[in-house]
Amino acid sequence: MEGFFTLFISAILINNIVLTKFLGMCPIMGVSRKTSSALGMGAAVVFVIFGASVFTYGLYYSVLKPLSLEYMDLITFILVIAAFVQFVEMVMKKFTPALYKALGIFLPLITTNCVVLYVTLVNITNGYSFMEMVVYSIAVPVGFTLVLYIFSTIRERLDNAPVPEAFKGNPIALIVMAIMAAIFTAFAGLV
Amino acid sequence: MKSLLNYGMSLLKENPVFGLYLGLCSSLAITTNLNNAVGMGISVLLVLTVSNIVISLIRKITPNEIRIPVYIVVIATLVKAVELLIKAYAPAIDAALGVFIPLIVVNCIILGRAEAFASKNGVVASALDGLNMGLSYTLSIIALSLIRQLLATGALNMINPFNDAVIFDIAIIPAEFTIPMFSSPIGAFLTFALLAAGVAAINNRDQKKVKGA
Repeated sequence: MEGFFTLFISAILINNIVLTKFLGMCPIMGVSRKTSSALGMGAAVVFVIFGASVFTYGLYYSVLKPLSLEYMDLITFILVIAAFVQFVEMVMKKFTPALYKALGIFLPLITTNCVVLYVTLVNITNGYSFMEMVVYSIAVPVGFTLVLYIFSTIRERLDNAPVPEAFKGNPIALIVMAIMAAIFTAFAGLV
Repeated sequence: MKSLLNYGMSLLKENPVFGLYLGLCSSLAITTNLNNAVGMGISVLLVLTVSNIVISLIRKITPNEIRIPVYIVVIATLVKAVELLIKAYAPAIDAALGVFIPLIVVNCIILGRAEAFASKNGVVASALDGLNMGLSYTLSIIALSLIRQLLATGALNMINPFNDAVIFDIAIIPAEFTIPMFSSPIGAFLTFALLAAGVAAINNRDQKKVKGA
């Protein structure tokens, strides 16, 4: 049990996917202008990563490995992710149209969110057990959502701040990311 | 000479990394040293050029509705081929870049060029576009890694990934004046922000010139 807790905390805070591995930068830059859309995006990413991880994990160990088709992992995984995102989109459109509308274009774009592919690949290369895989694939997107949310609250204020012309927009956002990364290194001694 | 200068300026203005913020993840993550940047750059250049050629070849028989999945499968196949080649012939690069090689699949530059250019243009033009974009991506991450490696370790070195022979190794800054922070994520974000601001400043200046004239 302790091992799972350590894995959970370290995946959220210490090895935060955005601040130490730089993955998912595109949505962070794109969706972080409003706090509400940041939270919606985070929720969708948690769901997609969890679902896609369970799917690809099962597929890898029950189909690809027995048939020694391990080299097909990349192609299989990216197709599973694309199909899963499409599926989530259709289900949401049918049953929760309000949420579907709120997420809009961000939903299909999850396919090209590198965090999703990263988590499914790392589940395999790190040789996680099923339970470890479940914990890890919930913790990573939670960490992603945490950074996305904090970043969006800062960015809403940044829009009104006097910024040198060359730094307007993304460069100043990256400076903010640098400061956040510096703050998050303080968690390193936690576990 | 002049055309070379023009090419350099177009590299700055239409730079996929610092201008359009494509391929951010890999350009931040693997630029801790020159070797990784060159290895990553060449891998992306290769995948981008070949994927542009293939997608341009099949552009007339690809149904419009499912073109994105088709592109992704083409790109994933090429990336897997490159990954297996690197594993076989340059294990040092494989060890250093690790999971970032398979993640080339979701590098926005490649899908972006497939959708924006190769799906609408002929084979030769697409191949040139792939080479051009791949080259400016490679040069951008080499610039990032030069700054980061120099400030963090004080030395610049290159190792031949195929036989581990040292190509060059120059110490420039004495060890007591290095800033190790630059090899950490903080340094990555800072270096990137400063370079991107520099590119933005040059572009702003040029736009003002055009307006003034």
